[in-house]
Parts: sequence; C-alpha cells; structure tokens
Amino acid sequence: MRQPEPKPGIMARRAEIIAGLQRILPERAVIGDAISLKPYETDGLTAYREAPLAVVLPESEAQVIAAVKFCASQGIRMIPRGAGTSLSGGALPMADAVVIGMMRMNQILEINFQDRYAVVQPGVTNIGITQAVSDEGYFYAPDPSSQLACMIGGNVSMNSGGAHCLKYGVTANNLLGLRLVTVEGEVLEIGGTHMDAAGYDWLGIITGSEGQLGILTEVTVRILHSPEGARAMLAGFAANEVAGQCVDAIIASGIIPVALEFMDRPAIHACEAFAHAGYPLDAEALLIIEVEGSEAEQTDMLRRIRDICERFNPISMRVSETAEESAAIWKGRKGAFGAIGRISPDYLCMDGTIPTSRLPEVLHRIGQMSESYGLQVANIFHAGDGNLHPLIMFNANDPASFAKAEAFGADILTLCVEVGGCLTGEHGVGIEKRDLMTTQFSPAELNQMRRIKSAFDPDWLLNPAKVFPLAEGV
Amino acid sequence: MIRPTSEAELSDAIRSATAPLLIQGNGTKSAMLRPVQAAATLSTAALSGITLYAPKELVMTARAGTPLSEVEAVLAERGQHLIAEPSHLFGPHQTIGGVVAANISGPRRVSGGAMRDHVLGVRAVNGEGEMLKFGGRVLKNVTGLDIAKLLTGSFGTLAVMSEITFKVLPICEAAGTVVVHGLDAEAGVKVLSAGLGSPFSVSGAAYCPLERKAALRIEEFETSVNYRCAKLAAQFPNAEILGTEASRAFWQDIRDLKMLPHGEALWRVSARPSAAPEILRAVAHLGVTGLLDWGGGLVWLTGPANIATHNAVCAAARAASGVWWLMRAPDSLSAAVDVLPPEPPALAELRRRVQHSFDPRGILNPLKLRAA
Repeated sequence: MRQPEPKPGIMARRAEIIAGLQRILPERAVIGDAISLKPYETDGLTAYREAPLAVVLPESEAQVIAAVKFCASQGIRMIPRGAGTSLSGGALPMADAVVIGMMRMNQILEINFQDRYAVVQPGVTNIGITQAVSDEGYFYAPDPSSQLACMIGGNVSMNSGGAHCLKYGVTANNLLGLRLVTVEGEVLEIGGTHMDAAGYDWLGIITGSEGQLGILTEVTVRILHSPEGARAMLAGFAANEVAGQCVDAIIASGIIPVALEFMDRPAIHACEAFAHAGYPLDAEALLIIEVEGSEAEQTDMLRRIRDICERFNPISMRVSETAEESAAIWKGRKGAFGAIGRISPDYLCMDGTIPTSRLPEVLHRIGQMSESYGLQVANIFHAGDGNLHPLIMFNANDPASFAKAEAFGADILTLCVEVGGCLTGEHGVGIEKRDLMTTQFSPAELNQMRRIKSAFDPDWLLNPAKVFPLAEGV
Repeated sequence: MIRPTSEAELSDAIRSATAPLLIQGNGTKSAMLRPVQAAATLSTAALSGITLYAPKELVMTARAGTPLSEVEAVLAERGQHLIAEPSHLFGPHQTIGGVVAANISGPRRVSGGAMRDHVLGVRAVNGEGEMLKFGGRVLKNVTGLDIAKLLTGSFGTLAVMSEITFKVLPICEAAGTVVVHGLDAEAGVKVLSAGLGSPFSVSGAAYCPLERKAALRIEEFETSVNYRCAKLAAQFPNAEILGTEASRAFWQDIRDLKMLPHGEALWRVSARPSAAPEILRAVAHLGVTGLLDWGGGLVWLTGPANIATHNAVCAAARAASGVWWLMRAPDSLSAAVDVLPPEPPALAELRRRVQHSFDPRGILNPLKLRAA
C-alpha cells in the first residue's frame, strides 16, 4: 500500500515534537518510544502496518484542542483513533503522523430517558452505551460485530452499521449531536438533543467522514426502548439463488424482520464448528431471521415467515424456542470473523453493497473468481439490505497469496459497483478501498468531495491518504 | 422561467447563468425561510417522472420535479409508502425535489427517521454546472462523504438536484391510535414520553393543545396493533382507541396541521420533547397557538407575523436549547429576521467555505437561509 512520502522536516524533528507534546499534555498522555508505539502500528486491517511518529491519548477536550493546535501549527499530520477495530485501515498511521487515541475519553456524561438520549465521550464502547441504559429497558441500536470493543467515536467516523440496521438504521440515523474539534482548534457544536437540525446537515456530512474533518469529543445518541422480546429462526436452502428468492418473498410480503442474515456453505461450516449453533451442514445457504415483540407476536410473525420459507423447499428450518437458543444462533453469526480465523489465520473482509435482486449472480461470479484466484471465500451478509461480507482467506506469509487476495477483493468490489451497488456498506473506504474510488465516482465528484475536505482541513492534516486516491489535494 | 427538461439542460442553464437564480420545483415553499432576490427562476418541474422502482429492494428513484402525489400514488399501488410521511401542508403540487431540498418529514419521523435518513442517492448540478452523482441506490452505503445528506435540507443553495433515490417501506397491514383526552401540555408530553418509552414501537406521538388530547400510533400487523394499543390504553385514564381508518385520517390531519388554525406566520421549533410545554407557555400570551408532534420534539406554532412575536418564538426555542425555522410569513417579516438560528462564527466560516466549494459564484438561491 503506497503511502505519501513522510515530510522530511517532521521526521527530522521527531524528538523535539515529542518533547513539545509532553510540555502541553500530561506525561501519561504522550507515547514516543518504539516499543509502546507498537500496538498502534495497525488496526483491524492487520495486513498494513506503519509505526506513527508518536501517539497522544488525551483525557479531555481541552487536551484534544491543545494537541491539535500544536500539530496543526507545525504542519504535523494527525490520525484519530478509537479502539482500532477498523476493517478498512481507517486508523492506519503514517510515519510522520501523530495518532490521537480517544480511548481515555470514555465517560458517559448524561442519560435522559424522558427525552431518550445519551451524551457520551467518543471512547465509550458501542456496547457500553447499551449497558449504561439497559437497566431501564433501553438500548443503543446500531450493533456492529465488534461492538464489545469498538468505540462510538469510531462508529460515527465510519457510520457503522450492524446486523439490525434493516429495522433501526445505521449510526447516522441514530445520532442527535456532536462536538467536533476542527484542525484550527475550534469546537463546533453540531445538532444537540433535538431531532432536526436547522441549516446544513453537518451531522450528516461529518458522520462517516472517516476522521478527515475533525476530532470528535462528544456524541449525543438517540436511545430506544427495547421490544418486549426477540427470537430468531434458521432456514437452510439447497442453493444460494433459492435463499435469495426467499429473502425477496419475505420483503415482498410486507414483513421487515429486525434482522435478515445470509451465510453460504463455507461460512455455515466455519461458524458451526466455532459456535455449535445447530446450523444445517447440508445446506448451501442459510438465513438467520429475527423478529421482535411479545411472545405471541413473535410466534405469529415467525409462523408467517415459516410459511413463506416453506414455499422454497427448505432443507431445514428451526425456530428457536428460548432466548438461549436465539443467543446461540447469533453467537455463530457474530463470531463469524473469529470462526473464519480458525480456518485461515489471514483473511480480508470485503464490504460491498449490491441491489438485492443481483445477489444470485454476484455470488455466482464470486465463486468463479474464487476458483480462478485459487483462494477460498466465505460469504456472510446482511441480506435485507444487500450488504455483502465476502471473507477472502489467504496466507500472509506468502506475498503472492496476499497480492492475489487484494486483487480478488478489488474484483469483488468492482463487481458490486458494476451491478449498481457501492464499494462499502459499513466498513468505510479507509486505506483499503481508496484506489477503487474512481470506479464509483467521476473526477468531478471526487473533487467536490475533496473541496469539502479542504473546507474543513485546508492543509489535509487530518487522516490524509485515506478515502481519496492519492493525488494532489484540491 | 427556465424549465430544463434534462440534466444536461439544467447544467447548461446554470453554467451560462450570469446572475443569481431562484431555484424551485413548483414553488410551493417560496414563503418558507427567506425570500430570494434573483434575476431569473430556474424550475426543476419539467424534470419529472419515476425512473426506477424496485419494490422488493425498497427503493425508488424519481426525477426532482416529480410531484409528491405521483410518487405516493405509485408507491401505494404496490402497498408501500415514504417512511418520513412528508407533510402535505404545502398543497398537492409540491415536488419530491422540494420535499428533499427542504427535508420535510411528518409524524413518523419520531420512529422511522426524517426524509434525510432515507435519501440514498442524488444526482445534482453544482454552481459550476458540473453534473454529479452522490450516494447510490442501495440501502447501505458509506462510500465517500455523504453529500446526499448535505444536499438534503440545503434548499437548493449548494447544488440543484435533478434526481433522487430514496428508501421506501411497506404500508403496515393495520394502524391504531390511542387517544388520551383532557390533558394539559405537561401531562400530554408525559403520555407521549410514556408511549415512546414503551416496548411497542410507537410510530406517531402528538399532542393537540386546542383539543387537550395526546395520541400514540401503532402500525403493525392487525393482531399486534390490537395487542399494543390495548396495552398502551390500559396505562392511561380516558383513553380511546381508533381503528385503522380513523387512525389514518387522524395522522393525516396531524401531518398537514389540520388541528392548527391558519395564522399569518408559521414556525417550527425542534427541541428536547420535555421542553415543549414551556415553549407553548412562553408564547401563548402573544396569540400564538401550537401543535406538538414527534413526542413533543417538534413544536408547530402559528400566530401574528410581526418581529416581536418572531423574537419571542426564537427566545423560547433558544431557552430550550432548540432551533427554529420560519416556515411561512410575508416577505416583510422573513426578510427582516433570522429565519433560522444564527450560527457561531466558526460554523459560519465553515458554511461559507462549503458553499463556495459547490457554488463559487454564489448564484444558487442566494441568501435563502441566511442574510449573509
């Protein structure tokens, strides 16, 4: 992965810069020695590594402002980082950059049940928000698979999704307000605790901007009351096409399940070996369908869905009878990445989205690519919204294997765009898909985006070299 | 009036413009926010027609000038609808482009999200005449900056949308509404909060001060509507349950402000729901009447169109840490006041830079949102 040349003036002044950061921040908030920098070399996309110049771990907004002003005044690049779970290399450092790690800003500042919001610092984990409000029966809806670790600041930066966004939407649909420190060290208060914002949708443009417009210091999220209960069912089919038709039939019937997940044969086998969830090993495709409501409502809805599935000659169908059975079903799905990791220690997780009607054709072509590249692939995806997660398995110790995996991934994403979809549904562009952006956007479109980036960050100091193909800034 | 019939003609019209343009669809919202001084009017009304509808994928694409009524009728034929339930307050002729450019949402916004939450992609022409496409036609997409959201609600001041793709959903089999009578505003908002804080996915929560009643809507399969309405109604004395037909009529009236008198001026205030009673109280002595939607998070206000009343509405919104829009007023008022809350200097500077990045000549709907 090509990185821009480090700024020589910055690299030469490394010791001086670290000393400068130590002067304006508490000692424990600055990391400069090679060993301690090691954990920050990479994120969830471990194939790429680069040690940063230094890491700062601010504990307050004032410290964020101080660090940003210091770096900006000297033209030092900055890489914001939450838990480092990005699968697109969104937090990959650069040799001449200071990583601004937000994990110590991890306080929940306010919870308001009457008005249904929570104000939290960016280092609070996704699950941490739900845990803080669950005693009163509330939850925070977006639930990425990494929710135990990933932080809300990162979720906002990447506009994270999850398995339940078919009903509840992605991060952007569940935010009310933000505080953002600009590269100039100014604090912008965006939105608040109300629903609609007046003027431009700053919340909308900042969400998913991948840390390129500013550093988040506070996030106000919408919290929802949980339904009375939820239950999942499994349906296994003889072919991917058939499972795809069944998904169409469910949506066409007017039922929008809270989750509608799809796995192909390799994914079923990997997840079953890991979670022992009772997945059907003879099926080519498996659907996990979840509904919500009272016991009686769940039963009624699952009956309707079972009737639809019956029309597609399922190999097996199982409705969970208890919360434990539902949890086991989800354990397999949410542990999918770990499960694949047991088969192949190295894999790339793709994240394209396609119009759901093109699913059978796209899976077929991914199968052909798998043969021609000689690399295994397991497909897991959010079927209701067409968000694919092909997991390409390779051997990282073999550079040729890695190169093939990268090319395979690029082919899949190009195919997603070709059939009317997009490069990334929820993981972000990061460094991984940067050079593919030209397949989806024209030069004029990319330049319009670059000009917005420049409006926030004229010198391109914030998480540069991500999202846009490497080129001169505008 | 310039009425391009293709995106290329739209691009030509903007590229060749030498003076500011008033941008509109059918012009139904011209009294909203500030009046625009322009040499010519550019209308997207002739860019009309639905270009893609994939009901199984929950997606529709329509050119900007397509009437909202046509979009809704075509969706209804397949048992679907717009999730944000946009108001028909602006009459039957508003275009889908206008609804998106103004980010108009109705009662279902409280649970299902605003218009901005369902815009998946746009095609638009910026102030330089460049034809641009952002977002797409799939339900999940984080590829690049979300300019489709930025354009939604920007009132044609950044780029002129030529085509919009949005998510739609099936119309639920049944609807029901629990109406609780005899409540003051405090008690009314408490009922709304109790409903929205219940496990029952309430999809509408409104309070009408004139009729002293609060209403909670459920939209689901019939058995669920019956069950959930009964559960909700049992929590409140004086609760009445409306069936599907009555419920649909009731929420159309809320959506279109039929329960609010037609005053000279109309404001919208968005604030914390629990602040709504205080907002109503603060302006009542000026002859301002209100209607609460979104659980109290949206306060519609109507009353005399004068600066003193406007300032009182703004002060009430500000005291609740909320925001306001002057939705309808004579030009004499809307040209003289802040139709939206003023921006702090850092945000104003950023807004000017972003505007410049789309429309460096400043020719698209200039000063529609702000006087400078």
